[in-house]
Amino acid sequence: MSEHIVSKKTYYTIFFALLVGTALTVAAAFVNLHNFNIVVALLIAAVKATLVILFFMHIKYSTRLTKLWVAVGFIWLFIMLSITLTDYLSRAWLVYKP
Amino acid sequence: MAVIETEHRVSETTDRIEIHSHHHPRLVHHFESMEQQREAGTLGMWWFLLTEIMFFGGMFLAYTIYRHLYFDAFAAGSNVLSIWWGAFNTAVLIASSLTMALAVYHAQMGNSKKIVFFLLFTVVLGLVFLRVKYIEYSDKFEEHVFPAGDFRWPLAEHPTAPSNVGQLLTMFIGIPPAGHTAEAPQQALPANIDTKYSDKSPYLGISGAIPEEVSKMGMAGHVRMYFWLYFVMTGFHALHMIIGIGILLVLAFQAWKGKFSKEYHSYIELTGLYWHFVDIVWIFLFPLLYLVDRHL
Repeated sequence: MSEHIVSKKTYYTIFFALLVGTALTVAAAFVNLHNFNIVVALLIAAVKATLVILFFMHIKYSTRLTKLWVAVGFIWLFIMLSITLTDYLSRAWLVYKP
Repeated sequence: MAVIETEHRVSETTDRIEIHSHHHPRLVHHFESMEQQREAGTLGMWWFLLTEIMFFGGMFLAYTIYRHLYFDAFAAGSNVLSIWWGAFNTAVLIASSLTMALAVYHAQMGNSKKIVFFLLFTVVLGLVFLRVKYIEYSDKFEEHVFPAGDFRWPLAEHPTAPSNVGQLLTMFIGIPPAGHTAEAPQQALPANIDTKYSDKSPYLGISGAIPEEVSKMGMAGHVRMYFWLYFVMTGFHALHMIIGIGILLVLAFQAWKGKFSKEYHSYIELTGLYWHFVDIVWIFLFPLLYLVDRHL
């Protein structure tokens, strides 16, 4: 049985880190960072999701194939988001004609 | 050539008979080892989770576009939601991920009793989450911000949100806070309601609007779009949780019957992957829906 068994201590540490991240997200929401509020919120959410994926879902201890599999899925989502946004974010550009 | 082929066939049969006596009873024959079988199961589950990522991803994309176009409406809509309920639910789901991970840990240890305990603990936390969602949804109905039917903007009712931990706990078990009546008071309608697309109208009695019409709607219509996204995204998330709770209950029963062991507990691991994924979706839903422009 070559399965890597994650220790309970690791699980509790990650759990605590996730709670801290949640508190940070809420606290940061009350500070006026203008356009950066969304960046901070998404960054903290991405870190939390990464911790869940790496440790709770055991990806850190998985084979390289599994790691690639997971990364590709998120890349696919990113493709959908970014290319659609190239349309919407550039719509205003056509308004101004010198 | 024929002689060699016959010899080869005989030795293959002998090998097959010997293999049967050396492998785990749960090993399926198209895999060479339990480890390969386990990895194939993991990859298969992740393949499904990637389809789920694209499923929710489409809704996140719609959210992104409409938030980009109508930020003020999204800020207004978001401020109707209760941060207390949202943050509490986030903590509950993260705790349920911990209990799920511990259930997998005890499956790896081969301890059936503890598997059952942690699976049931996860179910309880999931039910707590759903109970809070029920309270939130009821409140939104009372406040007339459910997007279908009697949607009213500007807000007719004041949000019935908890403002401290004590109120959160009493409202959780169904006791309304002091000064709030359980029944929503009847609102008198203004004499000259304009039911077309207008900022001045508290009513927006339209359905099936196409995107061009949304842009003409003004604030009320854009806030309604925010609430469509809120209800559909959290609604699908809640549906995923209900399905997950069902699977967990079945697994708990099977674990109680002693089906799982140190060498064979794939179902628990893969259900863990599903449950953690549902947690990740909420980790993104919470800041995007509840925390838009909260510093006002």
